[in-house]
Amino acid sequence: MGFSLNKDQRGIVIVGVDGQLIVGNRQELKQKVLDALEGGTRRFVIDFTKTGYIDSSGLGVLVSLSKKVREQGGELRLAGLNEDLQTLFELTKLDTLFAIAKTPAEALAAF
Amino acid sequence: MTDPLQVVVHRPGAALSLTMPSDLALVGDAVELVARHCDVGILSPRRLQFNLRTALAEALANAIAYGNRHDVSKSVRVEIACRLEGVRIVVADDGEGFDPSRVPDPTARENRERENGRGLFVLRHLVDRVEFNERGNSICLELRAG
Repeated sequence: MGFSLNKDQRGIVIVGVDGQLIVGNRQELKQKVLDALEGGTRRFVIDFTKTGYIDSSGLGVLVSLSKKVREQGGELRLAGLNEDLQTLFELTKLDTLFAIAKTPAEALAAF
Repeated sequence: MTDPLQVVVHRPGAALSLTMPSDLALVGDAVELVARHCDVGILSPRRLQFNLRTALAEALANAIAYGNRHDVSKSVRVEIACRLEGVRIVVADDGEGFDPSRVPDPTARENRERENGRGLFVLRHLVDRVEFNERGNSICLELRAG
């Protein structure tokens, strides 16, 4: 359980969310992404391949991070959502705010 | 060290009471505890994994943040009943309550980029029935079997 950060050869940071993204751990994700942003990273992929569930606080932190990354001229993309998580983004209409790819590889290729 | 989650199992696999302090960091553990208790074949693995966990996380977070306003001297009480027809969860806080009809629509264009305000909306879509008590400090969630 937790978050992993990996940077590819082009400097894109892939953040893996293992387990859940909820009210109890969202600050940890936020800090990790903000630290990378502060360090100069501008392109992010959040990988939900290993994520079981996301609550509204988790959705909120993604909205907030996406805004901050955009303000710095970057982009935050999402990938690897299972059917339930995809539905959650559609229900909340957050699919209109994010670029969502089926897999992390597809998200990386789209940059 | 005393476990902050106080649990009483009334009947294994059936009813459980949980009392927790108003600490958002404990929500994940409380959700796992309840989900394990409810893992008795009433809900499909998918609904147990996603619907129950997400809905309960929402209800607990609302009770802690908006009900008890993070006051650690106040607690959140959870009652879970697993029956053949489904799972019923009641989450109650010590707050003043609120009027759920006054929560703005988070999907409205002007609200979409807000960080907060989606909890109740998400919750309503994940369970089969949501009911508040009159005061608004207790929410009952029902997930039908299957």
